[in-house]
Amino acid sequence: MDTTRTSEAIDQDRRRLLGTAAAGIAAAGAASLLPSQLAAASTSDAIRPFSVSFPQEEINELRRRIAATRWPERELVSDEASRRIWSTPATVGPTQGVQLATMQKLMQYWRTEYDWSKCEAQLKALPNFVTEIDGLDIHFIHVKSKHQGALPVIITHGWPGSVIELLKIIDPFTNPTAHGGTEAEAFDVVIPSMPGYGFSGKPTETGWDPGRIARAWIVLMKRLGYDRYVAQGGDWGALITEQMALIAPPELVAIHTNMPGTIPPEIVKALASGGPPPADLGPDEKRAYEQVAFFYQNGLGYANEMALRPQTLYGIVDSPAGLAAWILDHDADSYALIARSFDGEPEGLTRDDILDNITFYWLTNTAISSARLYWEHTQTAKAGFFDAKGITIPVGATANPSEIYTAPKSWTERAFPKLLHYGRTDKGCHFAAWEQPKSFTDEVRATFKTLQT
Amino acid sequence: MRLDQLAAVLAFGLCILSAPASANPVEDRSIRPFKVYVPQAPLDDLRSRIAQTRWPDRETVDDQSQGIQLAKIRPLVEYWGTAYDWRTAEAKLNSLPQFMTTIDGVDIHFIHVRSKHPNALPLIMTHGWPGSVLELLKTVGPLTDPTAHGGSPEDAFDLVLPSLPGFGFSGKPTDTGWGTDRIARAWAELMKRLGYTDYVAQGGDWGSPVSNAMGRLAPAGLLGIHVNLPAVVPPEIAAVLAAGGPAPAGLMDKERAAFDALSMAAKMGNRSYATMMGTRPQTIGYAINDSPAGLAAWMLGHPGFSGWTYDKSDPEKSPDEVLDDITLYWLTDTATSSGRIYWEYGGGRSPVFAGPEKTSEVSLPVAITVFPGEGYQAPETWARRAYPNLIYFHEVDKGGHFAAWERPELFSAELRAAFRPLRQTK
Repeated sequence: MDTTRTSEAIDQDRRRLLGTAAAGIAAAGAASLLPSQLAAASTSDAIRPFSVSFPQEEINELRRRIAATRWPERELVSDEASRRIWSTPATVGPTQGVQLATMQKLMQYWRTEYDWSKCEAQLKALPNFVTEIDGLDIHFIHVKSKHQGALPVIITHGWPGSVIELLKIIDPFTNPTAHGGTEAEAFDVVIPSMPGYGFSGKPTETGWDPGRIARAWIVLMKRLGYDRYVAQGGDWGALITEQMALIAPPELVAIHTNMPGTIPPEIVKALASGGPPPADLGPDEKRAYEQVAFFYQNGLGYANEMALRPQTLYGIVDSPAGLAAWILDHDADSYALIARSFDGEPEGLTRDDILDNITFYWLTNTAISSARLYWEHTQTAKAGFFDAKGITIPVGATANPSEIYTAPKSWTERAFPKLLHYGRTDKGCHFAAWEQPKSFTDEVRATFKTLQT
Repeated sequence: MRLDQLAAVLAFGLCILSAPASANPVEDRSIRPFKVYVPQAPLDDLRSRIAQTRWPDRETVDDQSQGIQLAKIRPLVEYWGTAYDWRTAEAKLNSLPQFMTTIDGVDIHFIHVRSKHPNALPLIMTHGWPGSVLELLKTVGPLTDPTAHGGSPEDAFDLVLPSLPGFGFSGKPTDTGWGTDRIARAWAELMKRLGYTDYVAQGGDWGSPVSNAMGRLAPAGLLGIHVNLPAVVPPEIAAVLAAGGPAPAGLMDKERAAFDALSMAAKMGNRSYATMMGTRPQTIGYAINDSPAGLAAWMLGHPGFSGWTYDKSDPEKSPDEVLDDITLYWLTDTATSSGRIYWEYGGGRSPVFAGPEKTSEVSLPVAITVFPGEGYQAPETWARRAYPNLIYFHEVDKGGHFAAWERPELFSAELRAAFRPLRQTK
């Protein structure tokens, strides 16, 4: 009965939009203001179509700022090792952060050749919606498969990602027969923007931690009329997906994560002590231990800053170069991957992929509102990002070789008693769906195939 | 006059470009007079950038727990872009004798004020981050001219105030290795070049580990050091703090208070800026070198500033006081280069730990003043354990992290008292 009511609401909103072209034009004015403006005109749980559009002046202003960049001098280390991908942490030499040469190539391309309108058109072509949940407007892309009985999946992006990192998998998921799959492997896809990200509203109060986002996603799926669905995520999306699994609403039958939290309690303790890997670890466990230790020791600067002082980062809201560098420096392997694409050796991500995402952050002015998720997590987190969290519903997990850590099978089996699937890919960093959509799709299909009959 | 100005412009340009003098097989050891003159164009550009600041939405809390509050920084930055006048700071700097000399391949800018009193004790005093020589200027009068500031001629100092490499008008190192030890060697060379055979050193913030390093190095002529951010935390306490554990049993009251302050600072994230610059100074550098608001917020994020109001009610902490300092960072393009001192020190570690600071190797006399508003109040018990030759330890009732800036008279009185015994040994 929920289904009927919601479908009607969607239809009403669709008709309203078709009837008033003006709404689309209003949306163009200020994308991030739009949801609250429209909220007054609709009932609070209505699902409203959302039209993507950015004024040309904002694009021009961005170009002007890029051209006016005031550069720092070059870093003092050669940093060559940081260009290697698929490497072990031990080979990553001293770094001072994003290299000037990479940044200058990026900014040059951004200012001269890069064309945001292509990405905008791509977003615009998708069915975008907004609905208010728990007092906040949530934007989402909702693409239904043409195939009957498609399994609904809610897929959550992370930081410094956005819905843009998930666009490449929409067609393989919803239209599997065009991508080497069968009808039975079809998904209805729901891709929300997290609160403070993209076109979703920016919380003006505290409390939007991963648990609250997970609860909002459960409401969203219910509102869309889905009474049997799965969830997927990487980065923050993985944490939110895990939170959904911990809440375990009856409609959620399984999850897949490409950044599974599997670290057992005794390893968490060993890592906190800063000591060497315990002697009894197997090779995969030892490598995972070293990856996490490396990240905690060398790679947490940005996460720390956002977890503790997100508001102090005024510079990344005011400076395109500042924002781009901040977004590039997520983890050593992803940075290496991105840097290479600006050196003419793209692997997984193109220059446009990278700049689509950065431009999206810039135009929606969400650099700081998105960072607050780290702060929120710090207020309430009971476990670290990569720790096992006691999930009991069925789980599929993919361990990518160049993820921040490659979850070993042994830990994954322990963390998830109902493990549907454990997969290891040949290549792939942190942004699996964005970099390696093919293997990502295979992994998700392998996880959920038993549920898609 | 016109020629002077031209020379100054050239000097400014030179220091910004920081031509590596190490290219010469024999280092130019000359000491060149230096004046600050910032051309109008960068000042106009700064104002125009400030006017175009793109702001984020407001923080979602009513306190500083998410960082610098929008309602606090916005008026400050708007004042910066309108009524604030850099030329006042420039005149203040140029009222003092400034010099440039090349040491170990890097141009070192310094202020050098000789006392009129004979037998003044030479003192090299080092600033920190996000400070500069500007934080030390108010002590020039009391230290060099004590009779005009309630002291006696016997209290006089000849004062040397260098800008750290990568800071202010000093050159920017183009190679790694400019940690506190190398800076200490450079300072020893500077004092030697100035002809000082008996001198003392002082520092707060980064100036403290630099002074500790000078104490370890014990170059000929150095009689002793005074620090106001001493490295006294014992190894067993450092280990508990690193593990995030509860206070060990058996601590005395002041030790317990120091433990709690350090533990709380870690939990509250007061050192997140240090972690960032300690691991990725270049990454944050792009934002704070390109955005005036970004730079201001980043600098004000230092806990030393957290109690400041910038509302002119307190002339010691007026907007102009901090904006002079922030503008100096902006105009000299040193947001990134200054952050590298954290990277050199490693991972954003705090320099308050006796073990890594190797204080047991400081055999020279050491003096400590504890200011109540500093990040932690060093207990005397720990100080005596850390520094084998502690000649002076005093707790005062006013002043914070920027003691020389906030309480110049009190700070100067402390230096007089601390170094008095060392004058008698001259």
